[in-house]
Formats: sequence, C-alpha cells, structure tokens
Amino acid sequence: MMSLDELAEIRESAMKKMSTRNSNKKVRIVVGMATCGISAGARPVLNALVEEVNKRELVDVEVTQTGCIGICRLEPIFEVYQNGEKVTYVDMNAKKAKEVIVNHIVNGNIIEKYTIGAYEK
Amino acid sequence: MSLVRSHVLICAGTGCTSSGSISIHEKFEECIKKFGIDKEIKIVKTGCFGLCEAGPIVVVYPEGAFYSHVKVTDIERITEEHLLKGRIVKDLLYKHAIEGGVIKSVNEVNFYKKQKRIVLKNCGVINPEVIEEYIAFDGYKALGQVLTEMSKQDVIDEIKKSGLRGRGGGGFPTGLKWQFTHDAIGDMKYVACNADEGDPGAFMDRSVLEGDPHTIIESMAIAGYAIGASQGFIYVRAEYPIAVDRLEIAIKQAKDMGLIGDNIFGTDFCFNLEIRLGAGAFVCGEETALIESIEGRRGMPRPRPPFPANKGIFQMPTLLNNVETYANITQIILKGADWFRSIGTEKSPGTKVFALGGKINNTGLVEIPMGTTLREVIYDIGGGIPDGKKFKAVQTGGPSGGCLTAGHLDEVITYDNLVRLGSMMGSGGMIVLDEDNCMVDVARFFLDFTVEESCGKCTPCREGTKRMLEMLNKICEGKGEIEDLDRLENLAENIKDSSLCGLGQTAPNPVLSTMSNFRHEYIAHIEDKKCEAGVCKSLLKVIITDKCIGCTVCTKVCPVDCISGNRKEKHVIDQSACIKCGACIEKCPVNAIILK
Repeated sequence: MMSLDELAEIRESAMKKMSTRNSNKKVRIVVGMATCGISAGARPVLNALVEEVNKRELVDVEVTQTGCIGICRLEPIFEVYQNGEKVTYVDMNAKKAKEVIVNHIVNGNIIEKYTIGAYEK
Repeated sequence: MSLVRSHVLICAGTGCTSSGSISIHEKFEECIKKFGIDKEIKIVKTGCFGLCEAGPIVVVYPEGAFYSHVKVTDIERITEEHLLKGRIVKDLLYKHAIEGGVIKSVNEVNFYKKQKRIVLKNCGVINPEVIEEYIAFDGYKALGQVLTEMSKQDVIDEIKKSGLRGRGGGGFPTGLKWQFTHDAIGDMKYVACNADEGDPGAFMDRSVLEGDPHTIIESMAIAGYAIGASQGFIYVRAEYPIAVDRLEIAIKQAKDMGLIGDNIFGTDFCFNLEIRLGAGAFVCGEETALIESIEGRRGMPRPRPPFPANKGIFQMPTLLNNVETYANITQIILKGADWFRSIGTEKSPGTKVFALGGKINNTGLVEIPMGTTLREVIYDIGGGIPDGKKFKAVQTGGPSGGCLTAGHLDEVITYDNLVRLGSMMGSGGMIVLDEDNCMVDVARFFLDFTVEESCGKCTPCREGTKRMLEMLNKICEGKGEIEDLDRLENLAENIKDSSLCGLGQTAPNPVLSTMSNFRHEYIAHIEDKKCEAGVCKSLLKVIITDKCIGCTVCTKVCPVDCISGNRKEKHVIDQSACIKCGACIEKCPVNAIILK
C-alpha cells in the first residue's frame, strides 16, 4: 500500500529525471561540439556541465550542444544564454566548467577571466 | 546521479508503429552504443504525437528538435550529427519545424501552437509503460486528493460544476450521470469505460489508451469512489492490440504500487479493474449493447429505460463513460472546475480531440478548445487541402453525423452548434472532402457501414437502412428516379423515430445532411445522369478525344475488344460493350483517353 507521502517522493524523483523534456528553460548552456570541439575535449566538459546541473537540481537550466562556434583554436567553448544576453567561455575543461556553474549560474557572478573577452587580451 | 543529457522520444503509437517506429527504436539503441554515448542519451518510447501524417516521429530534447518521416537509414546520421556532435540534422526535420533557417522546437510548430492539450497532455511526452513518468506529471495525485480530502458528493459536485459533457458523442452532462449512478440503489455498483471506438477514421481513444493509460485507470478509480463502486471494466476492442498491451501493463503497475486494489492510500476504498475485449462490432459502442457484451452475451442493445445508471452490468447501477471523458477527470480535480470552465464555451466547456482525416495535409489528432471554428481546425492546424484542390465539405460525427459545407467554415465547434447545423460532434472523426468526392457516394459509404454493422434486433434499422442503401445504389448507378428523394427522406425519418438504439436512430443522418446541403448533386445524378466529381463509375464514360494519334495500342489492351479504328485515325469506343476498366487510359501514350 502506498501513502500520499510516498507518492510525492516518487513524483519528485521522477520529475528530476524528466526535466530534460522541457524546451522552454530560462538558462541555456550551449557547448560547441563540432569536430574541433570534440577533439579539444568538449565531451568531458559537456558531461561535467550536465552532472553539475543535475547535482544542484537546477531545473531551469538546459545544457545542449551546437556545432562549430567559429574560433576553433579556443575550443572547448560553451556559451551561456540568459535574459537575452550571451556569455562565451573559452578554453574550458571539466573543472572550469563546474566553476562556471557554481559562480555564474548559481550565484550570478560571471567568471570574467574565463570569458572570450579576457582571453583575447 | 544520472548523466542523461538528452532524451530521444520515439512515437510508439499505432500509426507510427505501423510505419516502422519499432525498428527505429532498435536502431537508435544500437547506434548510441556504437558511438559510446548510451549512458548520456535516453531513448524513450512514447505515445502518439498527433501529427500522424509526419510519422514515424522522433523528438530530441532538450532542443525539442522535431524529426518527421524518419527512416531506419537516417538514424546513424541523427546519432552521429545531432546526438554526438550537437548539430541538428536540418534536412530531416519536419518541414514546418524550420522556417527561414530558424529551427523551431516541437511546441512552436503551427500544428501544435493552436491546440490546447488537456486530454492528450501526456501523449508524446511520457513513456506510457513507465508509471513513474506518469506520476512525475502529477499522476495519481488527483486520486490521493479525492480519497483523503473530498466526500463523494464533493467529487460529483466538482464534475457537475465543470460542465463536462460526454465526449463519446452524446454530450450528456457527465456530472449528472455520476449523480444518477450515485443515487441509484443496488447491492453492487460498477464503473465502466467505453473504449470500443468504432467510427471509421476516429482514433483518439486509442491514442489516449496507448499514450497515457494511467490517466484512465486513475479517473475510473475516482469515479468508483464517487459513485460507490469497487469494480471497474474497460471495454476495449481487440483490434487495438497496443492499447490493450499498455493497459495491461499499466493496471499491473498500479496494482503493484497499491494505487488500485485494497485500501488505496490507507483509506477503506478498494477498487479493481478488469479489461474486457470487444470483438469488433460497431454496435457494442452503444452503451446497452456494450453492457450485454461485458455480461458475456451477444452484443445487442436493450431498450432504455431502465438506463445503465439504474440497471447496467448484471442489472446493477453502472457508470459508463467514454475514454476521452475520463481523460478530463484528473485535470478537473487537480485544477478545479473553474479552470475547466475557462476553456471552451459556456455550454460546451473544455476541449475536444478530433481525428483529422481525408483530404487534408496534416492528417492526425488535434485537441482544440470548444468554440474554435472549423476553418481554424482545417486550415490553420490541418494545413488545408493538398494539391491545391477546392474544399467541398467536412464530415463530422462519423456514421451518425453529417456533412457541413464551405458556407459553414466559420461556424464554431460546440455540441449544440454542430447539431443545429445538421451534423453532430460524435466521437470526433473529422473527414475533409474536396472536389473529387461525390457526396452521394459519401452518404452511400456511411450507410453501407451502418447496414453492415446493424445488429438486426429491431426492424427499422435492419430493414430500413438496407432499403435506403438500395435506393442510393440505384441513384449512383444512374437508375434513380426523382421520387426516390422523397422516399429516402420519408424512410429516414421513420428509421430515426422508431429504431431501438443510437445506431439506427442516427444512421440516416449522413444521407439527410447531404440531401439538404448537396441536393443538386443528387439531382444531377438522377436527372442528368452525371457525377461531377467523377466517382460514380456507372455514370462515367470512357471517351477518346481528338488527341488520339491512332497508334492502336488501346485496341490491343482492351479486354472486351470494344475499341475500333484504323491506324493513324481517331479510334472510337463502343459504349455498350465498354466495362470502364481503365486499361486503355493507362496505356495511351498521348493521354487521349479520359473518363468523363
């Protein structure tokens, strides 16, 4: 026999697993996953992002992939779209990616030194 | 913590299954293993997306990329390009999911944008074979709420207040039905679900059962609580094997979790469900015939009253609702009657699912708020008529309904308005007809269906429809008399008035409505012996036009040797011998032979 609380528990955990099936989220993180990105190590970056987003239960964050962003020498690259603005992070790795989630997505502080603007200087 | 970053939803409804979605599913599983991304990608079998014309359908989340007409040979490309490298394969997307180079997600496509999904809300979203996915979208929450917080009368009052009407076609207020069954006295009471969907072209009940079976189980349990029944029956046609399968799985899962069975949610409410298979008789969709069939007898209607609410299954009070009606219940409980009333119109609140078929671009299932116009459904959602043909009529309500004309396109869809126009809501079949359809032939098609399906218990339906069909055949063969129209009308009225059940009472409707809206076509058939649409073969002639170059190919191919003529001269057909087989038309190298 199931109680109402048990049902609510199942609902919570099942909902988390299915949050991927919502294409209208507030924050979009787009990882460059063309040949250049993959060979530079975009896959571990992507996985790190997904893992971190799931771990922190950031239900309004979508992690997705795209093709070549154009500046292949700075790969792995990902872009964060939020409130109509875009921040581009370059030369990423799994560790840096997790930092971005914590600082930028959770706390709202863009990590300037990792962005394309800082790198170019 | 799982690392799944992308869900691939594959339609596993009947439509897409028949066009090969099972092998697409297998191929996806194989491909993601091959590329080593099987831990990151989840392949999900789901219910009908509704746009069956574009099947097999695959939707990839989080992007909501909408692939249509997917072939097994496309899978490797989608896996490698999209799932591995993140580039949506643009040329495989649904044609309207990409506009001016911009990719739209599945919900932004016009076909879905104008729809309001209540009944179909989980179809194409969840995996119907996994109960947790249903629970994730508030599944069994309504049942919990009803059992722990509401009295029986509260539930009935809420349904009454919502104004929900029977979606099987009759449009009877659902709350009243619940009240009658609740008030009736009997040693036992039963809840039954009518899933014997028989209208040609209608398949919304099948899609709900296939795509979201738990919603029916939950709603029936709620109904059971409200009227005081502990046993339910789902009467579903055996021709729906996928639906039956998923229902069986769903019932087992719900039982295992204790969501149906004894002492649900720790209360003293017990509820069990059984499936009964119908053997494909249309008349078993009629409530009393369905009850006879559940009892193990031959499916034939019995006189009403007594109504099932007083004497139904095994002479006990029985609540019988249609699949689509039940599919609204959980939502009404969760969101309230006022929310439900805010959708649709005053007298027809909520939505209705229609199965769009016939001469229309987007064949499939659409759910629209009541009060939408026919034009919006046919043109904005349905995408209009293919090949630039002209719209002629729309048939609603299946064999019990009627045909509406171009002049009715701006009329709104509600129970009462459709009846006022001489058609009806029915179970929601909507067949679009264009200039190539002959209305006499359409009426004949539906009548032919009812003649086949008449159970034979009462004379007006058994004999009367047969005589009507004979008259229609006569007209189609060019042997009709103008008096036949009066005879048809007279007989039709008699059948309507004196038949035992809904089947007979509505059987003449397609004839009556085409006779009133397209009388000129009947007259053309009878007086001019002409079928404008070119459908009634007996009224057509095979003619050789002046384009003929006298090559003699047609004379050789004609099976009855009725074409004559000299080489390099125009040939002629002996009309008295011609059997209109069309062999000469196909073989003519210059298209000089036509059927007119």
